[in-house]
Amino acid sequence: MAKITMREAISQALWEEMERDPNIFIMGEEVGVWGGTYAVTKGFYDHFGAKRVRDTPIAEAVIVGAAIGAALTGTRPVAELMTINFAFSAMDHIVNEAAKLHYMFGGQFLLPLVIRTVSGGGRQLGATHSQTPDAIFAHFPGLKVVAPGTPEDAKGLLKSSIRSNDPVLYIEHATLYQTRGEVPEGDYTIPIGVSKVQRPGRDVTIVTYSKMLETSMKAAQQLAKEGIEAEIVDLRSLRPLDMGPVLESFKKTNRAVIVEEGWRSFGVGSEVAARLYEEAFDYADAPIQRVAQKEVPLPYNRTLEQMALPQVEDVIAAVKEVL
Amino acid sequence: MEKEEYLDLYYQMVLIRRVEEAAAQLYQQGKIGGFLHLYIGQEAVSTGLISARQPQDRVITAYRDHGVAINCGIPAQKVMAELLGKATGVSKGKGGSMHMADVNKNFWGGHAIVGAHLPLAAGLALGDQYLGNDAITICMFGDGATNIGYFHEALNLSKVWNLPVLWVCENNQYGMGTAVERASAVSEIRQKAEGYCIPNDCVDGMDVLKVRQAAEEAIRFVRQNNGPFFLEIETYRFRGHSMGDPERYRKPEEVKKWEENDPIGIYRNQIINLQIASEEELDLLEKKAEKETAEAVQFAENSPEPPPEALFEHIYADAQ
Ligand SMILES: Cc1ncc(C[n+]2csc(CCOP(=O)(O)OP(=O)(O)O)c2C)c(N)n1
Ligand SMILES: [Mg+2]
Repeated sequence: MAKITMREAISQALWEEMERDPNIFIMGEEVGVWGGTYAVTKGFYDHFGAKRVRDTPIAEAVIVGAAIGAALTGTRPVAELMTINFAFSAMDHIVNEAAKLHYMFGGQFLLPLVIRTVSGGGRQLGATHSQTPDAIFAHFPGLKVVAPGTPEDAKGLLKSSIRSNDPVLYIEHATLYQTRGEVPEGDYTIPIGVSKVQRPGRDVTIVTYSKMLETSMKAAQQLAKEGIEAEIVDLRSLRPLDMGPVLESFKKTNRAVIVEEGWRSFGVGSEVAARLYEEAFDYADAPIQRVAQKEVPLPYNRTLEQMALPQVEDVIAAVKEVL
Repeated sequence: MEKEEYLDLYYQMVLIRRVEEAAAQLYQQGKIGGFLHLYIGQEAVSTGLISARQPQDRVITAYRDHGVAINCGIPAQKVMAELLGKATGVSKGKGGSMHMADVNKNFWGGHAIVGAHLPLAAGLALGDQYLGNDAITICMFGDGATNIGYFHEALNLSKVWNLPVLWVCENNQYGMGTAVERASAVSEIRQKAEGYCIPNDCVDGMDVLKVRQAAEEAIRFVRQNNGPFFLEIETYRFRGHSMGDPERYRKPEEVKKWEENDPIGIYRNQIINLQIASEEELDLLEKKAEKETAEAVQFAENSPEPPPEALFEHIYADAQ
């Protein structure tokens, strides 16, 4: 097993898939000559050429719309939206086209399409450039939403996303690119819609994903020093949502904390908590806690921004609340 | 064109008219739900246009799609069954009036968000260009659609990447109740294509032969140059925007004036004057269209509803 960064893992998945299948191509703003805003596609343009690594105008609707159209012809586009904040300009095409076409035309249309994008705050980019609106996208049947938290999952899930015949929104996190982790050698995939226990424990279940996996892991390490063993379930995909490992863990620990970076209202935590209450109410020994972003547009000032984002201490406090 | 083809164009136009008249009745009887946007008055546009395509050429349009579907070769039965929401409908009863498509006929829908299918059309053309296919994409949209951002993003990309796409604006003078001059900074819509250096043309959409000729030239241009072309087609819808339109935005005299230019009547006269066929031959075709329409209605009414399992079918293509 090699230890590589998240950036390398995503880049490797893309590269290996493009080597495997000539029908895969990349399109997006600054993916080519520039090498990718987050340097994920560095070197791709020189190796694969302008036909397969396509710089687009700054026009999010047509980036997603044209990727949908191209997918309908049997190519396998990987469209990049520079950040998820700009996905709102393409919302119509994500929601009203990508998520609907297969169903609405009675199964005739296939959309082997991936939309890669970048979510998350914490870099002092202000309110318009720091959002974590992942939950919004998980609202729509017909779309798959993937958001890995480790290099191993990032690589395996991106390969599955590219090989899927459904539209997949693949969400990277802006502050995870340097995170290192072990990645299996050779070609492997990780199925979409399968949650995973990333840390075993007996006392409390922490449900999380993406960047907040890292935060939750740190909290679990500190809690362990106090003799509290948290089990961490990483959702990895928001739709389809795999509640299996979450329910199994909750039935064992009888206590749950859900940690997400986005806003609390109508969020991932709301959904997971509701599902736990619906499906395992009798197992609850304490009200489920949610850790999430404060309900404010994210401010620029570093101290204020960090106050708004969920911290390790918030997770620890929530765990102590349910114990 | 051979005689047969002249008559085929006539038949298609008449069939669309009869099918939509029947649809209007079924709507009034409550057998068709949702919105119903009739194409009556505009039949020469898609009939002339689509008759000029090769089988490998793709067609994509907006929600005013029944006529386009028929021109693409979808049987009237499957169109009617879709209107009635039946399992035998072209979209299995899950799309309805605004969302018809048939991949096997290279008809890619039926899209109900104004202008949103233009980026998809750019993508269909991109896919063909990428794969080296000798196919073009014909994308139809209304005058109203030229005011939404998608139009501009799609036209720009088509020129920057030289995509094999034919942009066809059906200028029927109104977007719902808003006249072109009240919504568009330029009322000669082809000027918008000029802004993107896309070669363009404008043609009378009440004359199917003129549409056909302009379409042939435009399609040839796109295929040969592997780049976009823009065709504005002037037309008029005789009925309301959709069923139940109070039509406060236009005067009955205006509608009457256009109705005197009925594309089917114009074409009928042309066929007679050019001595391509006799009145009797055309009457026979009218009868045939009536019969096909009646059979389509019967087929649709007798078709089964989609089974309950259909509700959860086709959300995803991958095995779950
Ligand atoms: C984005 C969007 N906004 C508004 C509507 C509602 N709407 C449906 S059709 C229409 C008018 C469109 O006019 P035009 O493009 O000229 O097409 P026509 O109906 O004349 O064929 C409007 C406003 C819509 N479907 N989509
Ligand atoms: Mg119009």
